Amino acid sequence: MAANPMEQFEIKPLIPIQLGGYDVSFTNQSMWMVIVVGALSLFFVLATWRRSLVPSRAQSMTELSYEFVAGMLNMTAGEEGLKFFPFIFTIFFFVAGSNFFGLIPGSFTVTSQIAVTFALTAVIILTVIITGFIKHGIRFLKLFVPKAPIAMLPLLVPLEIISFCTRPMSLSVRLFANMLAGHTMLKVMAGFVIALGGAGGILSVASIAPMALIVAVTALEILVAFLQAYVFAILSCIYLSEALHLHDH
Amino acid sequence: MDIQAAKYIGAGLATIAFVGSGVGIGVVFGNYISGALRNPGAAQTQYTNLLLGFALCEAQGLFGLMIALILMFT
Repeated sequence: MAANPMEQFEIKPLIPIQLGGYDVSFTNQSMWMVIVVGALSLFFVLATWRRSLVPSRAQSMTELSYEFVAGMLNMTAGEEGLKFFPFIFTIFFFVAGSNFFGLIPGSFTVTSQIAVTFALTAVIILTVIITGFIKHGIRFLKLFVPKAPIAMLPLLVPLEIISFCTRPMSLSVRLFANMLAGHTMLKVMAGFVIALGGAGGILSVASIAPMALIVAVTALEILVAFLQAYVFAILSCIYLSEALHLHDH
Repeated sequence: MDIQAAKYIGAGLATIAFVGSGVGIGVVFGNYISGALRNPGAAQTQYTNLLLGFALCEAQGLFGLMIALILMFT
């Protein structure tokens, strides 16, 4: 019997720490978060260490990523949105980094835990709400009142409020469920390879078919890892843009 | 009926959510391609919206998966 495909998502404490009755152990998840943040920071610091007019390969990669995120923010939220560039840049590269590091065999996918994605989403939504109230004051509540005939408003206002309230859930669940589904699928197919390979005879030779499928699905997962980070970042941009401009843009 | 059996049936039914997700992704990409063939010049500018629509459709199916997982493991 192949191993449980859900086993890869288990959180194991590496250094048990108890603080005031709470379990704040340093787990394998914390370790991979440190690795992701460390690797990304190291890359960006080293790549821009010796800046030159004609960029080196690493420096041009950093410049490309800067322009990519800046362009995305400029397109969705306009000039004003560029104030939030460091925030969106950090979120995009943290999510993309954890997705890509999770694809290394034997590693742990940080973003496959709803605790992580929901914490990220909570920060984004709180930023949106606080920005909106600082910029517009109480007029921020006009976000819930679309331009429509008065008679339609009793129907539309509750809908807008519901749509705003489900945003944190949909944003966090989308990322978490995508990562969870992809990695579970890979492990289930790996189970096929082991089961067929152990069967002996002609069946062992046939195990090459699911193996080829795993390679193809891994390629798809690399696309999904990037796409989900992109979608996560661009939806944060759109929410920020709504808070900055309300409906008038 | 045994409660565990009912849960497994419910989890199986929850995967029907992927029907909608599949139809949605098909509509998104099909319309993008037919639009892009009519006006190839504008295709690149709508690429972001394509990916956004794809991700939003896919997420709807994954909500069904989440319900299936909740039924299976709680």
